[in-house]
Amino acid sequence: MSITLNGKSVDLREGVNTVEQLLSHYHLENRIVIVEINKEIVMKENYKTMSLSHGDVVEIIHFVGGG
Amino acid sequence: MLKIANRTFQSRLLLGTGKYPSFEIQKKAVEVSEAEILTFAVRRMNIFAEEQPNFLEQLDLSKYTLLPNTAGAKTAEEAVRIAKLAKASGLCDMIKVEVIGDDRTLLPDPIETLKASEMLLEEGFIVLPYTSDDVVLARRLEELGVHAVMPAASPIGSGKGIINPLYLKFIIEQSSIPVIIDAGIGSPKDAAFAMELGADGVLLNTAVSGAKDPVKMAQAMKLSVTAGRLGFEAGRIEEKEYAIASSPTTGMVTS
Repeated sequence: MSITLNGKSVDLREGVNTVEQLLSHYHLENRIVIVEINKEIVMKENYKTMSLSHGDVVEIIHFVGGG
Repeated sequence: MLKIANRTFQSRLLLGTGKYPSFEIQKKAVEVSEAEILTFAVRRMNIFAEEQPNFLEQLDLSKYTLLPNTAGAKTAEEAVRIAKLAKASGLCDMIKVEVIGDDRTLLPDPIETLKASEMLLEEGFIVLPYTSDDVVLARRLEELGVHAVMPAASPIGSGKGIINPLYLKFIIEQSSIPVIIDAGIGSPKDAAFAMELGADGVLLNTAVSGAKDPVKMAQAMKLSVTAGRLGFEAGRIEEKEYAIASSPTTGMVTS
């Protein structure tokens, strides 16, 4: 399945079907991130159950320095 | 003590976290500043690059209140989206509403700022809008129910200091919510001046992060905010046109 991840089209390998699996695939499971799918925020408690679909637009957001 | 919504803070200095020369210097500067509220921006993560250190993740989050901004937003809707993303982190419910209306001056769009503030209040955020020194806008925002107003001293990052003390004073006088002077502070005297005008706090970033020695400047800012506040509370003397002797004018030994 392919999704748009942070503006880039990526093919997800088999076994990466949920938000939790996506985050661990990119080694982000222990980072402070916020996940948005098709402009809907995914709450942390739903990472395990929220599955990804072909064509989803996914954004992984974080905090950076700013004033 | 600074009180915003139901939170109280010992420090009246709010510090931005952008553009420091290194994380090490930034950590020291934040520590020395004794700021309790730190601002952050919300951005797309660069997940395809090598793992980059993240300042927020190195902080003891129990010691700080995070104040994410909505920088990058040009409309109320964009600001609300960014604010909701920030809140979804579970780390904060305060938001600095920053809706830029002009790219060259980075002055805020007052109409979108008002709209965004209204929407975010409905969503239950603690709302701190960044504004220009518009007195009427500050009042309208207070009437909406925002938890503080944050008028700029001068354009963001300009270091020009307080260019319109009169209007800032008008805002401070009329407000019963905290007034935090945000943006444009260049040097410790500007921070002290803001506090002497009666501001409840000062929010600055570049003045510290861009200084030759950010750690030393962080300390200077901490001291000047404290000094300015004490001076305001103490009540300064009236200005007079001519000299008035400090020493007795009687009992002179010269004649």
